[in-house]
Amino acid sequence: MWAFIHKLGSPKWFYGISAKLQPWFWAAAALLIVTGSLWGLAFAPADYQQGNSFRIIYVHVPAAFLAQSIFIAMAVSGLVFMVWKIKVADMAAAVMAPLGAAMTFVALFSGAVWGVPTWGTWWMWDARLTSMLILLFLYLGVIALRGAFTSRDSASRAASVLAMVGVINIPIIKYSVDWWYTLHQPASFTLTSRPAMPTEMWLPLVIMVLGFYSFFIALTLMRTRSEILRREANKRWVQDLVNGQVEEAR
Amino acid sequence: MHSSSQSSETNQQVLAVPLREHKGGLMTAVKATLMRDLTLMLRRRGEVLNPLVFFALVITLFPIAISPDPELLAVIAPGLLWVAALLAALLSLDSLFRSDYDDGSLEQLLLAPQPLVALSLAKVAVHWLLTGLPLALMAPILGIILALPAGSYAVLALSLALGTASLSLIGAIGAALTVGLARGGVLLSLLVLPLYIPVLIFGAGAVQAAILGDGVSAHLAILGALLAASLMLAPWAIAASLRISING
Amino acid sequence: MAFDSFAEFLAMGGHAPYVWSAWGVTALLLLATVWHARAEQRQLLKGLKRRARRANSARGNAQ
Repeated sequence: MWAFIHKLGSPKWFYGISAKLQPWFWAAAALLIVTGSLWGLAFAPADYQQGNSFRIIYVHVPAAFLAQSIFIAMAVSGLVFMVWKIKVADMAAAVMAPLGAAMTFVALFSGAVWGVPTWGTWWMWDARLTSMLILLFLYLGVIALRGAFTSRDSASRAASVLAMVGVINIPIIKYSVDWWYTLHQPASFTLTSRPAMPTEMWLPLVIMVLGFYSFFIALTLMRTRSEILRREANKRWVQDLVNGQVEEAR
Repeated sequence: MHSSSQSSETNQQVLAVPLREHKGGLMTAVKATLMRDLTLMLRRRGEVLNPLVFFALVITLFPIAISPDPELLAVIAPGLLWVAALLAALLSLDSLFRSDYDDGSLEQLLLAPQPLVALSLAKVAVHWLLTGLPLALMAPILGIILALPAGSYAVLALSLALGTASLSLIGAIGAALTVGLARGGVLLSLLVLPLYIPVLIFGAGAVQAAILGDGVSAHLAILGALLAASLMLAPWAIAASLRISING
Repeated sequence: MAFDSFAEFLAMGGHAPYVWSAWGVTALLLLATVWHARAEQRQLLKGLKRRARRANSARGNAQ
């Protein structure tokens, strides 16, 4: 077990194994997202209340799921980095943050656009949208803090601490915002919480969610590999690897 | 960690002296930190008064910007008072560790044999005593000029006293993370404000409930729970962040 | 199939601007992140290779 963890922690080992894993996740992501999109856009029946505008759910919900999951993944990576000093964990956390912020933005944008046909306005202080907006600020804070340090080690540790503090606060923020929303707006019509969605409606949603998760894993593997090259450029194994590629090109 | 191999030598020298003088003097060290910070802060009255003046000024701006109509003001007063107090507390955060960082006494605190968690908690306690508590005591006076309905003044002060303690604890994490940065001020508010939202919701909610005549005990209980949670968790994060800022 | 014709599919029952803008922005962002990751990787490898070649030729000149 320990040997495995430390092996996983070695950038060289990770660089090798991620090269093998990456294509599978890209393929899964492409297959799932294309299938889910076609199904959700063209084949799923229209909603009896919202008509075709409900099809926004197939991008809104996966993005919102991913936005929250990425923050948790980032905090867990931060914890692994702080406890076991595994650098790959911090590299992964560093590349996850922008994707998480992008997903939060997608969830916010699709929610706002969905609001026009549903509520007749671009923005409602709906509980889900409000929590998403706060999550976006949390992401921006982590990204900005990492960028503010000149020493990479300090930046990594500071970002890890902030991600952990944030992840403890996310459920608290979520519950207090939910509570605040029900107090001020007696639950009129929330975007996605509805009783018993028929199978042909939620199955494409499940496929899209899985597709988004595969995309996240594939992209994180890819960008972590780049981050490894960037940080380990002076290491022997990277230079050997590059030399090998240069020789091959001749 | 490994970047300061030089300071680890001095580290041991400093360590040796207080250990011999009083063994495990945790309470002594906490008390000394409390007294030192109180004395220092009281000597710089400006820093204590600035957040209070800011609070009063911001509250003055709202009727001018919105309307002097007392009925309208009464509706929005709880939210305005809470937001303004929150911003005033935020304003004072930057100075929490700044001067100690500049004159090197923060480094001494890290090298002390007593746990940094307890010492940083003492520093935060002083910060609350000199910003949060005065803000809470001052809020009812500003409530009067905002035509805050009667019967909610005590709740306003109490909710602010409870809430600003959480704000000081959470804010100290951000202050500790940014104390080593040259331009940490704006970053500090970006880090800290999103984390303030639960306290704001229940703090302003308590005052609103008091105006409506609902029970306020639930709100105050949740504010107390938030304070208990931050008391348990925040000092560890503050200590870890201070170590990062000093050793980095 | 929930639609009778392709034109109807595009119209989305009158909700076309909302559905397509939400989906469009999402697709654009996903593609942009992939493009950015690819460009980043290529650029890094290119830089590393250039450095390696320079180091190799420097070694060759010295000999």
